Amino acid sequence: MKSKTSFSKIVYLKAKIEGDEIFRLVSALFALATILLVGLMVYELTRGSWLSLQKFGLWFIMGTSWDPVFTLNFGALPLILGTLTTSAIALAMGVPISIGIGLLLSEYIPKRLGFFVSFMVELLAAIPSVIYGLWGIFVLIPFLRNNVYPYIQAVLGSLPLFSGPIYGGGVLTAGIVLAIMIIPIISSVSRDVLSAVPHSQREAVISLGATKWETCKIVMSYAKPGVIGAIILGLGRAIGETMAVTMLIGNKFKVLPSSFFDAWYTMAAIIANEFTEATSDVYVSALIHVGLTLFLISLIVNVIARLIVWRTLRLVKGVSRG
Amino acid sequence: MMDNYRIRKIKDRLMRILVWSSLIIAMIPLFSILLDVFVNGARAIDMDFFLLPTPTVGEKGGIANAIQGTLITLGLASIIGVPIGIMSGIFLSEYHDSKLSQPVRFINDVLSGFPSIVVGIFGYVLIVSVIGFSVIAAAFSLAIIMIPIVTRTTEESLRMVPVAIREAALALGIRRWKTIIFIVLKGARKGVITGILLALARIAGESAPVLVTMGYWRWWFSGLNRPASNIALNIYLFAISPFENWRTLAWGSALFLILMILGISILVRVLTRGKYEW
Amino acid sequence: MDLNRNRKIFLVAVTAIITIGLVIAYPYLIPAEPEREITINGAGASFPFPLVDKWIAEYNKVKKNVKINYQSIGSGGGIRQHTEKTVYFAASDAPLTPSQAANASNTLHIPFTIGGVAIIYNLPGVPKDIKFSGEILVDIFMGKISKWNDPKLVELNPNVNLPDKDIIVVHRSDGSGTTFVFTSYLSEVSEEWKANIGRGTVVNWPVGLGGKGNEGVAGLVSQNPYSVGYVEFIYAKKNNIAWGYLKNAAGSFVEPSLDSFRAAAAVAAVTLPKGYESWAEVSIIRDVVRNTQAVDAYPITSFSYFLVYKELNVLPNMDEYTARQLVEFLWWTIHDGQNYSAELDYVPLPSNVVARNEETIRMITFNGKQLKG
Repeated sequence: MKSKTSFSKIVYLKAKIEGDEIFRLVSALFALATILLVGLMVYELTRGSWLSLQKFGLWFIMGTSWDPVFTLNFGALPLILGTLTTSAIALAMGVPISIGIGLLLSEYIPKRLGFFVSFMVELLAAIPSVIYGLWGIFVLIPFLRNNVYPYIQAVLGSLPLFSGPIYGGGVLTAGIVLAIMIIPIISSVSRDVLSAVPHSQREAVISLGATKWETCKIVMSYAKPGVIGAIILGLGRAIGETMAVTMLIGNKFKVLPSSFFDAWYTMAAIIANEFTEATSDVYVSALIHVGLTLFLISLIVNVIARLIVWRTLRLVKGVSRG
Repeated sequence: MMDNYRIRKIKDRLMRILVWSSLIIAMIPLFSILLDVFVNGARAIDMDFFLLPTPTVGEKGGIANAIQGTLITLGLASIIGVPIGIMSGIFLSEYHDSKLSQPVRFINDVLSGFPSIVVGIFGYVLIVSVIGFSVIAAAFSLAIIMIPIVTRTTEESLRMVPVAIREAALALGIRRWKTIIFIVLKGARKGVITGILLALARIAGESAPVLVTMGYWRWWFSGLNRPASNIALNIYLFAISPFENWRTLAWGSALFLILMILGISILVRVLTRGKYEW
Repeated sequence: MDLNRNRKIFLVAVTAIITIGLVIAYPYLIPAEPEREITINGAGASFPFPLVDKWIAEYNKVKKNVKINYQSIGSGGGIRQHTEKTVYFAASDAPLTPSQAANASNTLHIPFTIGGVAIIYNLPGVPKDIKFSGEILVDIFMGKISKWNDPKLVELNPNVNLPDKDIIVVHRSDGSGTTFVFTSYLSEVSEEWKANIGRGTVVNWPVGLGGKGNEGVAGLVSQNPYSVGYVEFIYAKKNNIAWGYLKNAAGSFVEPSLDSFRAAAAVAAVTLPKGYESWAEVSIIRDVVRNTQAVDAYPITSFSYFLVYKELNVLPNMDEYTARQLVEFLWWTIHDGQNYSAELDYVPLPSNVVARNEETIRMITFNGKQLKG
């Protein structure tokens, strides 16, 4: 700490030297470029959505029709619902597993094995989305259609959510694959946050005779905001996922699906499917408008997540010094 | 008292099993995918696979032009994205006292969370509308995806370099900017290279932005203002086609891509093993 | 010690760069073409994609410096790119509607092949010969017939053990000429369909899953038992998916095949519009549906059209040499190219259509100069 402040003072004095000024300026400019990039993105997306904004305004996100042929009325509500539903399913399934892995890596596992295990989990993140889609089509869908869904329907079939024809893909399947895809990010951030909890906390509880699990509970409650931040980061990832979803969800624009086994659509999937083929300017604009909406939703989610994670890490680290 | 202890012990054991099972559950799809890709892809790999370009219906072919196109696109994306990423990382690490740091770091985190299809649309609106479907448009979009990854790892690696090194250089009278470039950055080069490799592995697998900025191309590279063949996109387009030879190519490409990404992941791990030694 | 390691890293890096450089440069090391290399961009229907792709590869053997790139994005996308002049030619199974033609004035239609739409289905354990009729198809795709063992289907297929299962309908999710052709047929057969859903490259399907491209629909049907869908014939044949027999106006049940498409094309009215006129009312389907004598004709048959501007200087970056190459390619497709049609199950053009096309292609100009004498 001390050496850093004296370092800064010396830097301040020597900052008058020209080469340093230029370099600082240059690197600041590059860094600034990223801010400008994001600004440009917002601008261009808005500009591209202009026709759609003019025609539908902010009611676009409440609209429920998608008619490129007759009325040229477009609306994004079903897409938003589809995105949120598949993401919610992904969280419901992925979060328990991810937290389990996060706990495993931070509390249970010996260091060397942990190295290997976290590598394996990272591999899940390294697999491209399109390969998840392929595997989904050729392996997961037949498996679910033949061995899983019929039993679920047998048990829960009376509920509207689980009735109706099963073709293997659809909302639930897309949610399952998304769950797998968000495991790496949630578990690695959870692991970081949990590891950052000072040992003093663990030691205190252990000295009182706590079991491993009870220690974990204490650690988790300490890092709870951070874990929540990790979950929201996973949500952000699930919202934006494109290829795997469009290959598995059935790509059907409807206000509500008839069941979990039915086909639906998400914001990212409709763009990937229809963008290069949109036949009129309003159509293209509507798709860009969907992109803008997706951008904004994902932005909000990511910002909230980062804020929470930062605060937690800083809080946790701050306390450990005290 | 004994009963209470036993219940706690059972709970503890139960949770231990659950925690380990969560890992096993997560590993099942991983192994299933790898197995699937290996089994289906291995059939496709032979000398022709690497030497011939995209075939037409019924002919033998390979992914040679896709490899070429992908390398060129990734290369151009790196030329755009890596300098911006490294300089931003340097800025965040070395000039962290600046008022700009907070917003820049924030924006960087935000940038890393963008859906890739939206980045693709941005590339379309900005570049395709002017130049048309092209390598430039695709490389631009991919560069945007690279930047936050490179920035983050560069910053982290630079921070790992002890302050004492910078102070020593300063004490010797070396200019600040020279210190950063020739001493600090050099010392952190393993981490920086790791970041670049990770970013490359990430964008090699991106097909969504390529779909809307470049599209399908069956020839060899024909100019930056034209599209080029792309491995990830071809996987998407060929895998569900009705033609046997294309489907085989798709799986072979998937295997090739996974091996490449796996290779980079392992390389990264090997390089960063010395991360905590200084 | 450290020096050796650095040297090794340096050597590895240099080797890597050289290898990558060689890979990138690989095709340039092949001796260069004496003539100027040009690329021509086209886009559109996935219906004739296998044929167009074959043509591109074969034509490149004839003229090594001409590289044509065709993106199979659906007729809708092709029409749009043609309208926006981002491609040099487009392919569509649907002719331009009057309003589309107004946005893309001076478009020439050049029918380059004839193909048919097969009704594909996936019924485990059931043989390949399910019979359909137009009315039944309308009801299935409207959702009125929802089970395979519906009385109407059983009536047509008395010897088949149709299961008591839900029919999973599959249609196109993208802008498709195949959809246009299929919905044109459904509109001809049913007034209700015509009034409520109509024909188009995109329609509001009452029921069903959306697949992208012919490939997507073929994929969905082959992977989902008890599903039914529609695809261009070759996608059914190559995927080994069962296709149905369709009842035609003469009362016979015909399966999609080269011969039945040819029979349908023969029935079609001999009076075709001129290349620059509107082709919106041309319909092999209508002619077959109304013809009670055509025993062998398959009803869902249609032309695929090349769309190209009469005056090519409206296209950005176009020059006379490239324009001439485009025209030569189009000329080749309607002559030599037709030799490749049959092996891919497309119908070679009848001579009267070829004659009309020759007339049309001769109309193409660059800066007013006729390109094909």
